[in-house]
Amino acid sequence: MFTRRSAALAAAILLSSPALLGGASAADKPTDPQIAHIAYTAGVIDINAAKQAQKKAKNKDVKAFAEDMLRDHEAVNKQALALVKKLNVTPEDNDTSRTLSKQASDKLAELDKLDGAAFDKAYVANEVAYHKAVNGALESQLIPSASNAELKSLLQTGLKIFQGHQQHAEHVAAELK
Amino acid sequence: MMPGRVCSTAMAVVFATMVVPACAATVQITMENLEISPNDASAKVGDTVEWINKDVFAHTATAGSGDFDVNLPAKKSGTTVVKKAGTVEYYCRFHPNMKARLKVVP
Repeated sequence: MFTRRSAALAAAILLSSPALLGGASAADKPTDPQIAHIAYTAGVIDINAAKQAQKKAKNKDVKAFAEDMLRDHEAVNKQALALVKKLNVTPEDNDTSRTLSKQASDKLAELDKLDGAAFDKAYVANEVAYHKAVNGALESQLIPSASNAELKSLLQTGLKIFQGHQQHAEHVAAELK
Repeated sequence: MMPGRVCSTAMAVVFATMVVPACAATVQITMENLEISPNDASAKVGDTVEWINKDVFAHTATAGSGDFDVNLPAKKSGTTVVKKAGTVEYYCRFHPNMKARLKVVP
């Protein structure tokens, strides 16, 4: 219930609030420094969720999934950092990043109260919803808005990775039922 | 020199057992940017299939049939020897959207 609601909220913010993505300027689309910040933040959020799951998860498939998330998202963010350094771009904090971080810390606190099978189920359900929301935002907002070709290309690779994660999470969720 | 020797050894095996046909080759398949290329590959029974992972992400080549499950750490390769004929659908366990086919002929 909570999972669905917060995912829907995240999707709503990411997808249908260009004003939020535009920040203080009236622009309809986020700038490259803002996109870089949003993408990096989205990765950090999933890394933190995976670290929590490594401590709390009981099911071996869920533990393995968390390990995969940690490894992949760290690899993507490492590439993102290398790219912003190369392009001499400073990621710029913005309302979308702040909203995502706030939602994520609420979710961590919520999941922290659960244990055992209840935690496993809630973590995986949130991973499905979260990747779905991020993929929607990448496809409809972040990739089309990115002006630098290398940033766009990294986001496109990210989209393929995260689509893979979504399918993997769906598979793990189905196994838990 | 080397391929010739491998081949004659293989031929000797063929004559000895009358089961394994022809000389074994290595079929290379690349994984890059989450794309498997070629997506449709073919090999003969007894061939070695080598997957070359050029990504900074770990992948696997996992047969739906359970015939093989090759781990491919970031920037590493892995191999399997195909033992039976037929078309195998395989995927990456970490990114199940990465799918490909391997046709194994006798």
